[in-house]
Amino acid sequence: MTSTPAIRMERITKTFGTVTANDNINLTVWNGEIHALLGENGAGKSTLMNMLSGIYRPDSGFILIDGKQVNIASPKDAIKMGIGMIHQHFKLVDVMTAADNIIIGQKGKFLLSRKDAHQKIKEISERYGLEIDPAKKVYEMSVSEKQTLEIVKVLYRGARILIMDEPTAVLTPQEIQQLFRIIRNMKEQGCAVVIITHKLNEVMEISDRITVLRQGKSIDTIETKDVKVPTLIEMMVGRRVELKIKREEVAEKKALLNFSHVTVLDKEKHEMLNDVSFELKTSEILGIAGVAGSGQKELCEVICGLQQASGGNILFEGEDIVGKDPYEIYKLGIRMGFVPEDRLGMGLVASMDIVHNVVLKDYRMQKGVLLHRKSSIDKSKRIVESLEVLTPGITTPVRRLSGGNIQKVLLGREIDILPKVLITAYPVRGLDIGASFKIYDLLNDQKKNGVGIIFVGEDLDVLLDLCDRILILSGGKVTGLVNAQETTKEAIGYMMTVGLEEGFRAARTGGTA
Amino acid sequence: MKSPIKIIKRGDLSKKKTVMIQLIAVVLSLVFAGIVMLFFNLNPLEVFSTIVRGSIGTDIRIKQTIVRAIPLIIASLGILVAFKMKFWNIGGEGQIMMGALASSFVALNFGDLPKPLLLLLMAMAGAIAGGIWGLIPALFKAKMGTNETIFTLMMNYVAIKYVSYLQYGPWRDPEAKGFPRIPRFTDNGVLPKVAGVHIGWIFALLLVVAVFFFMNYTKKGYEIAVVGESLNTARYAGMHVPSIIITAMLISGGLCGFVGMIQASAVEKTLVYTISGNYGFTAIITAWLARLNAIATLFVCLAFAVLLQGADYIQLSMHVPSALAQVVQGVILFFVLGSDFFIRYRVRWAKDSSKTTGEGASV
Repeated sequence: MTSTPAIRMERITKTFGTVTANDNINLTVWNGEIHALLGENGAGKSTLMNMLSGIYRPDSGFILIDGKQVNIASPKDAIKMGIGMIHQHFKLVDVMTAADNIIIGQKGKFLLSRKDAHQKIKEISERYGLEIDPAKKVYEMSVSEKQTLEIVKVLYRGARILIMDEPTAVLTPQEIQQLFRIIRNMKEQGCAVVIITHKLNEVMEISDRITVLRQGKSIDTIETKDVKVPTLIEMMVGRRVELKIKREEVAEKKALLNFSHVTVLDKEKHEMLNDVSFELKTSEILGIAGVAGSGQKELCEVICGLQQASGGNILFEGEDIVGKDPYEIYKLGIRMGFVPEDRLGMGLVASMDIVHNVVLKDYRMQKGVLLHRKSSIDKSKRIVESLEVLTPGITTPVRRLSGGNIQKVLLGREIDILPKVLITAYPVRGLDIGASFKIYDLLNDQKKNGVGIIFVGEDLDVLLDLCDRILILSGGKVTGLVNAQETTKEAIGYMMTVGLEEGFRAARTGGTA
Repeated sequence: MKSPIKIIKRGDLSKKKTVMIQLIAVVLSLVFAGIVMLFFNLNPLEVFSTIVRGSIGTDIRIKQTIVRAIPLIIASLGILVAFKMKFWNIGGEGQIMMGALASSFVALNFGDLPKPLLLLLMAMAGAIAGGIWGLIPALFKAKMGTNETIFTLMMNYVAIKYVSYLQYGPWRDPEAKGFPRIPRFTDNGVLPKVAGVHIGWIFALLLVVAVFFFMNYTKKGYEIAVVGESLNTARYAGMHVPSIIITAMLISGGLCGFVGMIQASAVEKTLVYTISGNYGFTAIITAWLARLNAIATLFVCLAFAVLLQGADYIQLSMHVPSALAQVVQGVILFFVLGSDFFIRYRVRWAKDSSKTTGEGASV
C-alpha cells in the first residue's frame, strides 16, 4: 500500500428528486486492496459507484483519485483517470470478436493495427492470469468468458481502479472461484478493486475491507478479518435478523404434477427443454437450479400453458395438460399459481392499481360481459392486510410500490386462488433480506397446506436451505435431482455445467446474461 | 460543458396540478399566438374575440361549431379504443372514408326505401365498412406482428384515392354538366335534424357514454387496457390476445366508419373524396389530449371545434390569410401538447454545484 489512496470520496451527497440516494458518504480505497461495498437494494451502492465512473455527478462532496482532486464529468473522463467499471449487464457487441470488442471506441490512428492490439491483449491476459481467446466471437462465449472479456477491456484501456457491480450474480460456484483468482491477481498487481454485492459469504472470502451502506448513509468501514456475518447483516438491515431459513417437514406427500419426457422447442427449433422428467409432490418445495437460460423459464411456462411442449406429457393429478393454453387449463378447474420472473412485465399490470391487478385473475370467473370489482376489492384489502403490503392504498398503481411490496401483491394474489401448484421464478430477486424471509415464510405456509411448490432460484445457499429436493438443469436437460439435505453447493455447481460445451452454452445464455 | 437546467422525472401529479399546468399552457399559447399576430399587424384581442364570436357568437355559428364537433367526437372515441390498446390507429381518415363509401353505396342504390330503414342500413354499412378497414391491419398485426402505424396510414390513401376515382369515374353524376361529383342522396338518405342540428349530436353524446361504460365497466374494456399495458401479462392471465386486438379494431374502425356515414348523410348529402375532412387525424390529437378518457374527449372536441370554426371565420371576416389561422392553431397545439412534458417532468435551474464538486476550487 502506498500512502495516497487510489480513491478518496469525501462527503458525497446525491439526491434524485426528493430521494437522497447518497448522504454525506466517505469512502477510501487503497491500491492493492479489494474493497467490498455492501448494502441492500436501494442503499446507494450503485449510485456511489456511478459517480466514480462518470455516469452521475455528485451534488456535493469531492473525489480524489491518487491524491488529486478530480471532476469526473463523463465515462470518458473516468477511463482517462484509470477507473473502469464492469457492469452487471455486459456491454459487448455480440457479432464481434473479443479483440474487436476491446479495441472499438479507442482513439488512435485511423487504421487499427490488429496485430499490435492482439499483442497487448496477450500481455494483459498473461499479467493478470486471464484466459481469453482474442479471435472468439462474443456470441460463442459463456457468461463467465464475457465477464473476463469485460475485465480485459477495461484493463486494456489502462484501468488501475476496477469497480465490479454484482459480478457473481450470474456465475456458477466454480466460475466464481475463477473470478476470485483473477481479482486476487489484480490486487497483487497493485490495482484497487471495488466489488458491489450483497452476498455475504463472498464478501468474507474475497475482500480486505468492507464499507456498509444503509439507506444512503455510510454505516461503517471495517477490516474483513475483524467481522462476522451476523454483524454485517445487522449493519445492513439496521436490526437483528434471524438468519436461518426454516425447512418445514411434512410427512404425507402425494404425487401432484408429473413430467415425462417433456421437450420444448424455441422458434429456431432449438431444444430449450430436452426430455425432462420429474415428479412434484404435494407439500414439497422443489428447487430448480441452473445457470441463467438453462430452461428454467420454459419449465415454468410450459406448466402454465404459456409455451407448448413438442413432446412428452405433463400430468396434473392424472390429467394431461400438454397442448392446453392458460385459459383451457383454468377451465379444467386446475388451480395453479405462477409468480413469473418478470413481475411487472408479466405477472402484473404496472400502471394499474392493486384492485385491477387482482381482477386479472378474478374476472374470468364472472358471468356476463360486465366487470365486477366488489370481490376483488375485498380480496385486495385482505392481501394488503395479511401480507403487510406497504402501500398508500389499494388504488395505488403497483409500479409505485417497492420491489418487495410488488412481490407481495403478486404472490398474495396467486396464493389467494388457493393453488395446488405454485410456480415461483426467482421470487426473492432484488428483495431485501427482511422481505426475502417473509417470502420464504409464505412459501413454507403454502407447503404445510399441501401445495406443491416449484422454486426457481439462483442463490444456491437458499435453495439448499429451503427446498426439499433440487432439480438441476443444464442446457435444457436434467443433470441431477438431489435431496437438498444430502448434497453440497459444489456438487450442484458441477451439475449445472455438466455436458455443456462452451459454444452451446453461450447460445443458451447469450440473451439472458 | 454543464447544462444550466436539470430535468427531473416527476412522480404522479395530483389531478389538480395537472389541470393547472394544462390551463397555464392554454393561457401561454394564447399569449404566444398573440405575439405572432402582432407581427402581422393584427390586434390579438380582436382576433381572439372574433374567433369566439365566429364560433359561438350567434345561433347559426353555434350550430356550425356543433356540426364540426360531432365527427370529431365520434372519431376520437374510435381512436381512443385503439390507443388504449397501444394499437396506433392513424387510419381514422381511411376508415371514415370507407364508411362514407359504403353508406353512400346503400343510399345511392336503395334511395327509395323508407327513411328509417334506409338510414339504419346506411349506418350499418358505414360501421361495417369502417370496421373492416380497421380489421385488415389488425389481422396482420395479430397473426404476423406487422407494424400497424405504417399499415393504417397507408390504408388511408388507398381509401381516399379509391373514392376520388369513383367520384371522377364510375360514380360521376352524368347530369352534373361535366362537374365531377356524385349524385345527391334522396331525402330518405339524409339524417333528420333535432333542435336545429342534425341528429348526429345525439348519437355523439350516446356514444360518449357507451364508450366510457365499455372501457371502464366491461370485461372486454378491461382486457383491451391490459393488452395495451403488456402483451405478456395478457397472455399470462389467459387472455386470447388476437381476438382482443381484432374486437378493439372492429370497434375503433366501426366508430370511424359511422362518422363517414354521418358526414355523407347529414353534411355533404353525397360522397366526396374530401369527406373525411382531416377528422381522422385531428381525432388522434383530441383523443390524446383527453388522455384516452371518453368523457374528457367530449369537452376537448368541443373546444377544438370552436378553434376550427373560429379559425375559418377569421379568414373570412378579417381577411387573415388561412396560413396565419393555421399558425395560431399550431401554436395552441404546440403548447397544450407540450404541457404533457411538464406534467411528466420537472425542470429546475441547477444549483451551482461546481464549487463543491471540485473544478479547482479550494477544499
